[in-house]
Amino acid sequence: MASQPETEHPKKAFGWAARDTFTQNYSMHGTHDSQSYVVDLSQFFFFFRETGEKDVAFKIQYCGICHSDLHMLKNEWGNSAYPIVPGHEIAGVVTEVGSKVQKFKVGDKVGVGCMVGSCGSCQSCADDLENYCPKMILTYSAKYKDGTITYGGYSDSMVADEHFVVRIPDGIPLDAAAPLLCAGITVYSPLKYYGLDKPGQHLGVVGLGGLGHMAVKFAKALGAKVTVISTSPNKKKEAIENMGADSFVVSREQDQMQAVKGTLDGIIDTVSAVHPLVPLLGLLKSHGKLVMLGAPEKPLELPAFSLLSGRKVVGGSAIGGLKETQEMLDFAAKHGVKPDIEVIPIDYVNTAMERLLKGDVKYRFVIDIENTLKASS
Amino acid sequence: MAKSPQTQLPLKAFGWAASDTSGILAPFHFSRRENGQNDVTLQILYCGVCHSDLHTLKNDWGFTTYPVVPGHEIVGVVTKIGNNVKNFKVGDKVGVGVIVESCKECECCQQDLESYCPKPVFTYNSPYYDGTRTQGGYSNFVVVHQRYVLRFPENLPLDAGAPLLCAGITVYSPMKYYGMTEAGKHLGVAGLGGLGHVAIKFAKAFGLKVTVISSSPNKEDEAIKRLGADSFLVSSDPAKMKASAAMGTMDYIIDTISAVHSLIPLLGLLKLNGKLVTVGLPNKPLELPIFPLVAGRKLVGGSNFGGIKETQEMLDFCGKHNISADIELIKMDHINTAMERLSKSDVKYRFVIDVANSFSSL
Repeated sequence: MASQPETEHPKKAFGWAARDTFTQNYSMHGTHDSQSYVVDLSQFFFFFRETGEKDVAFKIQYCGICHSDLHMLKNEWGNSAYPIVPGHEIAGVVTEVGSKVQKFKVGDKVGVGCMVGSCGSCQSCADDLENYCPKMILTYSAKYKDGTITYGGYSDSMVADEHFVVRIPDGIPLDAAAPLLCAGITVYSPLKYYGLDKPGQHLGVVGLGGLGHMAVKFAKALGAKVTVISTSPNKKKEAIENMGADSFVVSREQDQMQAVKGTLDGIIDTVSAVHPLVPLLGLLKSHGKLVMLGAPEKPLELPAFSLLSGRKVVGGSAIGGLKETQEMLDFAAKHGVKPDIEVIPIDYVNTAMERLLKGDVKYRFVIDIENTLKASS
Repeated sequence: MAKSPQTQLPLKAFGWAASDTSGILAPFHFSRRENGQNDVTLQILYCGVCHSDLHTLKNDWGFTTYPVVPGHEIVGVVTKIGNNVKNFKVGDKVGVGVIVESCKECECCQQDLESYCPKPVFTYNSPYYDGTRTQGGYSNFVVVHQRYVLRFPENLPLDAGAPLLCAGITVYSPMKYYGMTEAGKHLGVAGLGGLGHVAIKFAKAFGLKVTVISSSPNKEDEAIKRLGADSFLVSSDPAKMKASAAMGTMDYIIDTISAVHSLIPLLGLLKLNGKLVTVGLPNKPLELPIFPLVAGRKLVGGSNFGGIKETQEMLDFCGKHNISADIELIKMDHINTAMERLSKSDVKYRFVIDVANSFSSL
């Protein structure tokens, strides 16, 4: 008999969850479009495990809202386990540590990102690339090693294996730190892996949302010249004045795109909607690299000529390993790289997610868990 | 008044050209420039038949100007050198590949990467600086700037060595650039034609494990027994490929397929961080799924033949390891039949035209 959340584990927690009303809705009406989906998170009590010898328990203070949370709520990747307590940009303060925990103590400021477990023995794990481990366990809506379902950061507390907990450096306030745990590492990792971290390079960033604005800030901190490529002309002022982008190009405007042709060493493409690659490849210098972070649903057209002439590359990347996540946080603290956030009370979460669906946020919502997540009677 | 091909330039030349998109080649009288200070004239002995020749003859890429004499896998003997030429002498065996000029000033040219120069002059079907168009190696002789002439290793057969000038460098260059040279790693070679079979030979010389991915099951025996591939995967059944034990086992794949195809099954064969390098130029776009790139940090890259310095390095490597192509030697009058067969992948694995014995002498 399936165990109930209430009886699996001893430690009581409180959060906001989505039930699988959406899936029911979909199977009845066969429709998947955002118009018909109503975000409907509500109060939810659940339980998590005792603090094991390698575990770190912490109270959550802030949690970022990532677009992946929406993908998971809508079961777009087919692997959602309901009820879902989303949230994988989690920042808080340690309340208890297991007997074998070495890196943390009570009172430390810590974070948890997209993963809470991996096999620990494969080549990816050995290479500090837990994000590519075939048995990687997601922070929420995934099956943990003990067979129970994981719950994420839209909640008041969490326990996680020490290996998957990172230290938040002193230079970053916790609310700003939260989005770094997914958006931050997702852009930082490919900038390093694809060699786009050298000062003086000219980088393009496609899409100015949660990921895009982080890419601009990290790229500037690494010493790059940055051109934002966007469909929204109204984001230009902020991109240049607040984020430090050097220029801004509207992708629909041919003459603007033409002016950037053959000038970029690399492009970080954060857009997950289907869009043409050929104009972007044209913006690259020879030996340039186009890095995809969003995964459009349908395959894209790629004329071989666009890659051959110029020996160009299209690659992908997904989040990053724990070691690199810590490195990214330390870099962000040292160079003052912080996301632009809109802090919201938990009661606003459904509205916030609906705004996120329309891209109406500058540039990441962060839930103020500490001050606003309280169980109503 | 416009000059005819025979009188545009001072030296009479003879070759075979196509005059329309049927791509049918026929005898053609034209002319070439005098041998200048920096030039080398070579009598052409052999010329390989590259699939690019066929793409050009049929105007697959949309920029052919007829009449066109194709051929960019040229091996010949030096008959004349200009005053500034120090590295070659009359009688030397030399080769000419895909380009005969470049700007020499851009970053790419300065880094010996002439194949990425934005202003290349290709061996055929390209505008030259004197207003004429270049004509290729299906002809009796050619005049080339010394910088773009290659020394041919003594011990390599001239006929079987000709395809190295395009096919050879086209696979050698990306194998070096994308790091496909670590002994023990697993390389997939997609497409078993002119490029593919040379890739296997290089791969074995680098100590790689090789799996051939091909739509022609009848090539399996040879691939394994004669070419030295370790295994063979038939690609015509995508479902079978997806279910095979080869999924997720390859460190890299070199994709030499000249026809339009989807990259979906090939990307599935790559390990995490795997690299797929495409060197073929189908006339329609490839289908690229993004999800496997993101989920497995994989990449798809391109590569376009190679610079002159690297082409020389590749030839010397072949000389050292005794690597040359597997060819079917033909006379020029057989060329149209050969092109038909090439379009059906019916050649093991490169046609080479015995030019010297097809024409009367220079």
